[in-house]
Amino acid sequence: MDMSFSSEDLAFRDEVRTFIEENYPRITNTRSRGDMSRDDMLAWHKILAKKGWVAPKWPEEHGGCGWTITQRYIWNEECARAETTPLLPFGLTMVAPVIYTYGNEEQKKRFLPGIYNGDDWWCQGYSEPGAGSDLASLKTKAVREGDHYIINGQKTWTTLAQFADWMFCLARTDPDAKMQESISFFLIDMKTPGIEVRPIITMDGAHEVNEVYLDNVKVPAENMIGEENKGWTYAKFLLGNERSGIAGVARSKKAIERLRNIAASELMDGEPLIKDGEFGRKIAEVEIDLSALEVTELRTLAAESKGQGPGPESSILKIKGTEIQQRITELALEAVGNYAFVYAPHGREEGDNAFTPGPEYSIGVAQNYQNMRKTSIYGGSNEIQHNIIAKMVLGL
Amino acid sequence: MDFSFTEEQTLLRNTVQSFLQDKYDFDTRRKIAASADGWSKEIWGQFAELGLLAAPFSEEQGGLGGGPIETMILMEEFGRNLVIEPFMETVVICGGFLREAGTAAQQEAHVPGIIGGENVWAFGYAEPQGRYNLADLVTTAKADGDGYVINGYKAVVLGAPWADKLIISARTSGGQRDADGVSLFIVDKSAAGVSTRDYPTVDGRRASEITLENVKVGADAVIGEVGKALPLIEKVTDQAIAALSAEAAGGMKELNDATVEYCKTRKQFGVPIGKFQVLQHRMVDMFMAYEQSVSMTYMVTLKLGESEEERLKAASGAKVQIGKAGRFVGQQAVQLHGGMGMTDELNVGHYFKRLTMIDTQFGNVDHHLTRYSSAA
Repeated sequence: MDMSFSSEDLAFRDEVRTFIEENYPRITNTRSRGDMSRDDMLAWHKILAKKGWVAPKWPEEHGGCGWTITQRYIWNEECARAETTPLLPFGLTMVAPVIYTYGNEEQKKRFLPGIYNGDDWWCQGYSEPGAGSDLASLKTKAVREGDHYIINGQKTWTTLAQFADWMFCLARTDPDAKMQESISFFLIDMKTPGIEVRPIITMDGAHEVNEVYLDNVKVPAENMIGEENKGWTYAKFLLGNERSGIAGVARSKKAIERLRNIAASELMDGEPLIKDGEFGRKIAEVEIDLSALEVTELRTLAAESKGQGPGPESSILKIKGTEIQQRITELALEAVGNYAFVYAPHGREEGDNAFTPGPEYSIGVAQNYQNMRKTSIYGGSNEIQHNIIAKMVLGL
Repeated sequence: MDFSFTEEQTLLRNTVQSFLQDKYDFDTRRKIAASADGWSKEIWGQFAELGLLAAPFSEEQGGLGGGPIETMILMEEFGRNLVIEPFMETVVICGGFLREAGTAAQQEAHVPGIIGGENVWAFGYAEPQGRYNLADLVTTAKADGDGYVINGYKAVVLGAPWADKLIISARTSGGQRDADGVSLFIVDKSAAGVSTRDYPTVDGRRASEITLENVKVGADAVIGEVGKALPLIEKVTDQAIAALSAEAAGGMKELNDATVEYCKTRKQFGVPIGKFQVLQHRMVDMFMAYEQSVSMTYMVTLKLGESEEERLKAASGAKVQIGKAGRFVGQQAVQLHGGMGMTDELNVGHYFKRLTMIDTQFGNVDHHLTRYSSAA
């Protein structure tokens, strides 16, 4: 048992740190992903693709780096430390593993390079208005007609679909079979006639998510992954991957650092807020929670490197990771005091006279708190994650 | 011991309830918040016509002779409907200063304009360095002939974009955080040297940053005793906290009702999600948080007239309760509504946002735990 870095690991850390320092593009830091341009959001992705570092976990034949789990951990730490724009997961870590695990050679050749290079933007067609936590009850239908499927239905909470070229989508292919045994996994070109994307504005004013309407959308049969009616297996495989990435430990560390800086700048009775015992203890508490989660994640990664998992234990990472993210935003909101009231307009709303008073660090803090409430809802709500642990781990 | 309302109080509640049902549904509220002005003068005028703005003023002042209970009733209904219009700022706080400490001349000059809906008031007290400490003032007022010259800066003055009259706290003597030396002044927003920059708040309202540069006011602009205003400010903000507690309780009630209704109708896994015990217990906790908040609202409302120590503990206690309960109820209402709870379209997120900011207004849970424990 050993938690320290070897000299090779330290050398690797220096190498990636230097690379990030020298190559990370200075993009205007907008608060919400929906406010960034498509090019800005993909800029870092494209630099990493050129370097060969955009998809460390992929099999090496498709462009993976063959890094050890320690190296991948160091990489994530360094990216968070430099506050790089997070890479979009929909292609790289969600659909790509499905394609290289269950797709045919033709599909791998056709789709993986576009994901790797950042030429194709993917979105996730999973949730529906009537199918959230109970995803298997989805109603979108795909009917085979010759060498095509005709797909009809509605998807919702589709993140950043306003930019998407492709959508991976679950649809029901056998109306008579049991729910889980009648779902298939399709890759749909968003330019296909019959697709309409409508924005959903969230309470913080952001445009990140959308509704996607599918009206007689004609999808070539070769765009189905694996076997017909086996899509649920692929869907669950993908959700397992989504969960393991959701802990966000390195980003939360950075967020705690920012919180400390806020608390050091804010005054209470003339003294920095951080010197207030009560607030200092609150920061300490969330930092301790995060330390525990960090080691829990490392244990999960270590097990994974030995070929186990990601198993149902990864639900711990989702629950604790999102609770910690939410707690940090809650404390930031508390820390800024009265300036939490200020509404910071999003890109699409900004007039010439948008005025956001208060210190720079207070801008958007309340909206960030509001936005982060989504984390205990998405990716399988935290209640569903509790069910998974109860059933799959505890055997209840 | 009697927690029932009088006939007049019930009538007042019915009046405001049916008015808001007819004229202030959620879509109307959304349009008002998004309009250029961000509030409705028309609604404000109707509040005046209905006598709502007169409720807590005495009959001699042209009011209806109500007290804290009438204010509580109105604020609870405003909370249920997410009312934006500045009743709190104009009638509860600035009206409160005039009621508690205004001279006969000041009352005569200003109360009719409030009751009639002609004047809107805002209270500028917070400063960037001061957090929730009402005495932490860099803004100064220096004696100048018969009057004073005010210089300084006021942060996040809620409702100020709509106001024509301001009440400003400033230091007339003493050190930056001394209890002594704090004074209150009535300032016309249009006075020379007053400049404002307006902006929207995250809970759908508007606020201003106010700069005061050599603003001259007469001696008749002083409310209360020069240099001795801190106890007055504490008293009136405790009244505001009582009103805010009622608003919060109203908001929690709406969220709880909406959440229970949603969980009865939203089906997943073939059953309404309200059948799941983990969600049932969550909703029971939300219900208890609301009930405890109603209790604290009653307590602080009934204790506003007691000794300073009793009043202070009741107000801080209520603020702690609604801060914690509002956060829990708001967060869980969003969680139980799932993705829908996150949307701008549904009212749930809007109640959540307001309840969050109610915790910040006049000091959050930590601030009032400290205030309570130093009084206990």
